[in-house]
Amino acid sequence: MLYLTPDVLAVLYLAAGILFILGLKGLASPASARRGNRFAMAGMALAIGATLTMVPMAEMGWILPAMALGALIGIPIALKINMTALPQLVAIFHSFVGLAAVLVAGGMFLHERVLGVVHTVSLIEMFMGAWIGAITFTGSIIAFGKLQGILRSKPLVFKGQHLLNLLIFAVMVGCGVHFVMTESLTSFVAMCALAAGLGLMLILPIGGADMPVIVSMLNSYSGWAAAATGFTLGNMLLIITGALVGASGAILSYIMCRAMNRSFISVILGGFGGDTAAAAEREDLAGKGVKEAAVDDAAFMLDNASRVIIVPGYGMAVAGAQHAMKDVMEILEANGAEVTFAIHPVAGRMPGHMNVLLAEADVPYDRVEELEEINSDFAQADVVLVVGANDVVNPDAKNEPSSPLYGMPILDAYKARMVYVVKRSMRSGYAGVENALFYQDNTYMVFGDAKDVAENLATALKG
Amino acid sequence: MELSFFTILLIVFVLACVVGYFVVWGVTPALHTPLMAVTNAISGIVVVAAITVAGFMHAPETVCQALLCEDVSAVAADIQWGKVIGFVAITLASINIFGGFAITRRMLAMFKKKGE
Repeated sequence: MLYLTPDVLAVLYLAAGILFILGLKGLASPASARRGNRFAMAGMALAIGATLTMVPMAEMGWILPAMALGALIGIPIALKINMTALPQLVAIFHSFVGLAAVLVAGGMFLHERVLGVVHTVSLIEMFMGAWIGAITFTGSIIAFGKLQGILRSKPLVFKGQHLLNLLIFAVMVGCGVHFVMTESLTSFVAMCALAAGLGLMLILPIGGADMPVIVSMLNSYSGWAAAATGFTLGNMLLIITGALVGASGAILSYIMCRAMNRSFISVILGGFGGDTAAAAEREDLAGKGVKEAAVDDAAFMLDNASRVIIVPGYGMAVAGAQHAMKDVMEILEANGAEVTFAIHPVAGRMPGHMNVLLAEADVPYDRVEELEEINSDFAQADVVLVVGANDVVNPDAKNEPSSPLYGMPILDAYKARMVYVVKRSMRSGYAGVENALFYQDNTYMVFGDAKDVAENLATALKG
Repeated sequence: MELSFFTILLIVFVLACVVGYFVVWGVTPALHTPLMAVTNAISGIVVVAAITVAGFMHAPETVCQALLCEDVSAVAADIQWGKVIGFVAITLASINIFGGFAITRRMLAMFKKKGE
């Protein structure tokens, strides 16, 4: 085998790190994103290639099959997965990184023990890597279970929960300290088991509504776990990559929290998004009924509108209505109307999810706008069509200081000349609150499955 | 006085965090899901760690000859476990790498401009 000097290897790793940075930078716009992804792939190929040149030939016999096995499992899943199920996929992938970090820390320990060169600093780093990795591993599995619907998305809350977590944490740190001082493998395993338990305990109390934050947070953790592994091995590429991933996940968590008007701490403490958030009744709305409209009425108004904004929510994706909505958009555009999709940051189950779902339905990305870009346009809109979205268009978030949503940034659909809300029933959204938009004089409800309504709309518009 | 290796690593880490901070804020919100998928793929870089750790477990006899260890069977057990752990870690990280890049590619291919 060709053995590179540590300096040459470090330079190759640096190049790979730069390629990763360029890869992320490419995502600044859809036009450069595909090239960015190729940069990142090239960086990975370079990193793995450089590492493999260092490995004795005899070991290739099991390293290459392990990688091939990973490819055989990973690629078919990636090609087949339904776009609505992306958050689950991302969650389970995070768990793999977490577990791999734990295993590497354990392997590193055995490696150093065999060679008889165990350093205290590297023991501390192993402890850190294994600890973050184990929390990422089990936490992501719970997030996966909740998103996939295997576990109930309702938060699991009980008394003394935070105290118990603190206790587990303390014992875990104790085991870690014992491991560092005595090099006891038993303590290491116990520490990993406790960290894994902590991962379960941390994510179980978090409700479905907060999952976008949690998926981002676990993304961040998987990065920190990789960085900690980098410290153990003294590998700069792992540190650079881990830091990039960690920063990315942290920023996404922050963006999601801001979009939901929730503090990161309150998300972590959990308990939100279940029955605990009792449906706050608006008494002034109780007496007032909503106005219902038929699909044909909505079609008539849309036909005469020159500016239409569509607000999609996760309900639209669940119903699989995005393709039919795209047909509606095309018919209206052929009529000469200007049609835009308005996306709230938490419209899907993970950051940017709705954009992917619309892109999959062939909605051009220049017809899809973010909250900041489009909010001033609602006042000029003739018709706003809300499909499967609820809390993100609730004007109470602006006007009712008593509302649990108060302070959350919303799409100003209520400012439009006319609003049609496509919804299955009057059930409240995630936050469990009434939506004042539905009771406005210029709002009409079109009840029904989003896909049926969208298809009927398209038919009515064509006719 | 020379810098400790740890300090050098720490400097690299902090600078990488700063770069990450600015690059990620530059990502358009429309591509936040692909961002997460691609960071998922590159966090599979732990594969390098797994290869480094497990790929250098030589035959126990050679190790013991060089290091004059007393208990060959204990060393052999550690080496065996090291390889098993390495195999699983490499497989897991590779699922991330191949799956992560494939899903990112698939997603990005969907983003088209009007008329593209």
